[in-house]
Parts: sequence; C-alpha cells; structure tokens
Amino acid sequence: MTNIEEFVKNQAELHGTKRESLMPILQAVVRSERFLSEEAMEAIAKELDISTADVYGTASFYTFLDTKPRGKYIIRICKTITCHMKGKDAVIGALEDLLKIKLGETTSDKKFSLLQANCLGWCHKGPVMLIDDEVYPQVTPESAVEILQEYLKKK
Amino acid sequence: MENKIKKVDLIFEKIDYLDILDKTFQRNQDEIILDVIDSGLRGRGGAGFPTGLKWKFAKNEEAEQKYVICNADEGEPGTFKDREILTQVPEKVLAGMALCGKATGANEGYIYLRGEYNFLLPSLNAAIDKFHAHMKELNFDFTIRINSGSGAYVCGEETALMESMEGKRGEPRNKPPFPTTSGLLGKPTSINNVETLVFALMIAKEGPTKFKEMGTFDSRGSKVFSVSGDTPKAGIYELELGMSLEDFVNEFGDGDTKAVQIGGASGFCVARKHFKETVIGFEGIPTGGSMMLFNSTRSMYNILTDYLEFFEEESCGQCTPCRVGCQQLLRGIDAVKKGIRPPSYLDELQKLSETMKIASKCGLGQSAPNPFNSIINNFREEIIY
Repeated sequence: MTNIEEFVKNQAELHGTKRESLMPILQAVVRSERFLSEEAMEAIAKELDISTADVYGTASFYTFLDTKPRGKYIIRICKTITCHMKGKDAVIGALEDLLKIKLGETTSDKKFSLLQANCLGWCHKGPVMLIDDEVYPQVTPESAVEILQEYLKKK
Repeated sequence: MENKIKKVDLIFEKIDYLDILDKTFQRNQDEIILDVIDSGLRGRGGAGFPTGLKWKFAKNEEAEQKYVICNADEGEPGTFKDREILTQVPEKVLAGMALCGKATGANEGYIYLRGEYNFLLPSLNAAIDKFHAHMKELNFDFTIRINSGSGAYVCGEETALMESMEGKRGEPRNKPPFPTTSGLLGKPTSINNVETLVFALMIAKEGPTKFKEMGTFDSRGSKVFSVSGDTPKAGIYELELGMSLEDFVNEFGDGDTKAVQIGGASGFCVARKHFKETVIGFEGIPTGGSMMLFNSTRSMYNILTDYLEFFEEESCGQCTPCRVGCQQLLRGIDAVKKGIRPPSYLDELQKLSETMKIASKCGLGQSAPNPFNSIINNFREEIIY
C-alpha cells in the first residue's frame, strides 16, 4: 500500500465511506498533499466504491480542491470589487517580484503558489490576502512582502 | 426629518442563551413558531422568505429524521456580517439552531461554513463543545456539526449547499420539492442564514412585539449591514430596516458618493439621482446586508466587469442561460467598449439578460442580470465611452 492509499484509508475510517464523506476526505488530502493527484483520487474512489470520474467531477467543481500540484503555502489574493478598488493589483505585483513567479504559478522549490480568489469576505478591510487558512486584511505591497519574508524563513 | 438611521443592538448583545432556551423549551412547537411568524422575521441571507413559515412547513412534515442547517456560506461580494457574527457571538447562532430544532422536530444540526472562513473552525468547535454540554444540562437531544465548503459561491444557494454536503458537485436542484419537504439526504430540512437564527433567538427572548415594532410593514425589525467601498466608516452596523438610501449615504458616504450597490454583486446599483426615493428593504431594494459605495473616481465599466467576471467564474455551468449568458454579457460590454460592436448592442444584451432571468435554474443566473441592467440603465455612457 502506498503512502497516499494508506492516508486515504485512514481518512475513510475517520469520516466514513458514504458519499457524504467525500468532501471531508478530499479536503483532508488537499490539506496534507496540497492537491489531488490521480493516485489519490483513484484511492478515494476505491474506498468509497464510486467511480474515479465521480471523484474528479466533484473535486474539479471546487476552487479549493486543486487537481494540479500547488506549493506548500497557497497565497490567495481577493480580486473582487472592493479589494480591486483598494489596490490588490499592486499587492500581486509586489509578490510576483518577490517570488519571481506570475499569478497562477508555483515557485520552483514548490514552496509558494500565488493565486487570485473571488470575494473572501473582508470587503471593509481590503485588499485581503489568505495564506492557507490564515487571513491578512488591509495589506499593502510593502506589508504583504514583509509577511511573505516571514514565510520564506520557514522551512 | 423622520426616518434617520437608527442603530440597533440585538445581534451582538451578549445574553444568557441557556436561560432563554430553558424557558422556550417549556412551550410547545406551535407557540414557538407562531412567535416567529408574528414577528414578521424574514430570512436575512438575501432572499427574505418568512422564517416562521419555513419552520412551520418543516414541522408539519412527518419524518423520522429532520435536519437544521445554518447557512454560513457567506459568499456574496460585499457581505461579511456572518463572519463577524460567528466570531463575536457563535453561541447565539448555535442556540438559534437548537431553537429551530425544537420548533421543527429536528435533532441534528449542521453549519455549512465557507472554506474561506476555515480560520474560525477552532473557536467554533470550542463553542460547539460547550453548547453540547449545555444541551445535556437542558436534557435536549440536539447535536451540531460543521461541514466546510471549498470555494464555490453557488453553494450558498440552499439546494447546492445540500448537494455539496452530500459529497457532490454544488449544482442547485430543481424546486419544488423545497428543502422543508426534501432537503439534506431527502429529509425535511430547515436551512437558515446565520443572522436569521440569531434573530429567532432574540425574538424568543424578547417576544415578537419589540421586533415587529421596528422597521416597516414589509421589512420588520433590524438587519446587520456590511458597509464597504468608498466610505470612511467601512464595517458592520445593525440598523433598523426601511431607511431611505439618501439617509444611508448621508451617514456612510464620503461626500462624493456617485452610486451604491445594494445587495452585493447580485443586487442593484442605484445612482445618486435615485437615492431619495430608494428604500432599503423588501418593499424597495432588499439586501443580505451588502452595501458598497462608489464615489466619482470609480469607473462603472470596471465595476460591472468585475461583477460579470465573478458570475462567469462562479456559474455552476449546469444550465445554459446562466453559463453562456454570463459569458456573453461580459464579452458584450468589452466589445462595445472597444468599438467592435455598436452601442445599440447593449439593447441586445439587455434582451439576453431578460432571458437569463426567466430561464435560469437558480438565483445566480436569475440575479446576475440585476447589476448589469441597473448599471446599463444608469451609466450607459460609461459603458460605451
């Protein structure tokens, strides 16, 4: 049994093997592996006794359930209206320069992915940045770079 | 001048919920529901269905298993009040769910929390543990669990939310049957917005009269507003319903307000010339709380483009009018702006938007035309030139 198969099996024991267990299992795999590989989706399909196409069909519906590899830290900048008005483009520009990647890309060391997201629910404190589950409201290009410097120091 | 902004403090007021539940649980289901009906409370997520009626429909269903769902998939651009409520007074939300459970005969509750709010999970789970201990004290069999979303706006639509909870793509179902008849896993389900549940609890505490006395005939009570955009006072405010937009702008504007988007991306854009006669409420323009102010430095073309990009990405793709309609509206205004299409093309697009309203399966495709038409009607020249 491969690592991912074992991980999925453990998750199935935790969340159950009914269809309604699918979302928590998909979310757990993404949290651990940063994305859903073909191997992971096949393992989930086997545990839940549904088709791999069903697993992929569900996963691909949701923005946060990535089916392509992402970095260890996923940076999401809100792009919707008020965050746009308050300068999210400058924040993205500063992070592109710092990380030497374009929006939508992952650094070559697989540490960071830089993405945009639709409304994150902090419209009174835009622009807002999410790094995994951590929220950073009212960022400026300078403060966003400072925050990222701290992450760069982490392993 | 009458009808000035009136601030209210019901939602965030700290209360002893255990005492309220203890007293309310002595009453029978019909009495509890009747109070909610009598108060005039309507759903605070945006659609505004009468809450008491919803509970009554669920109560009247004969079933072994019923559910209560708290819709915390707050995704409407410009809305952030549910996050604040879940941060400041989570125990009141849980108590509101228990109240709904008692009234409808459900013993399982679920909070569907949008993935963007995952940072709330530790504090919410701690509140739930405490709540479960309290329910034991009251000898009331009711448990609450959290389901996380994964970044899909359409899952705020109640039946899409249930599909998602069932482990499927978040594609809205046909209605009827309504969730109170056949909801989560086919069981009768009352699904309510976060804020609605807290108001229901406060109505149980205060009785329906105090709530009913506030607001207007169509829009009883108060409402939590999320204020953002060009305003020096961005933030959360609980206000009495039924105020004019002019009063609102006088309070929250920056002195240069050109337009206000009421009700989020799926709501309506109101231009300055209509501030006076526009009422914020179900008799005028309803809102789930989102109030975005724009001043004269803003391009309405850019704002409309933002909205349409949002809908194009968030459309679930299930029905053609919405999937293709959102794309065509976005492409259409781009083509007019660039001079590839004549200005009269906007009229064609408005016809398309009428089709979307009639033929789309759920609220997303039915309401995406709202910002489109209200911006075209008020700021046509900004879209063309």
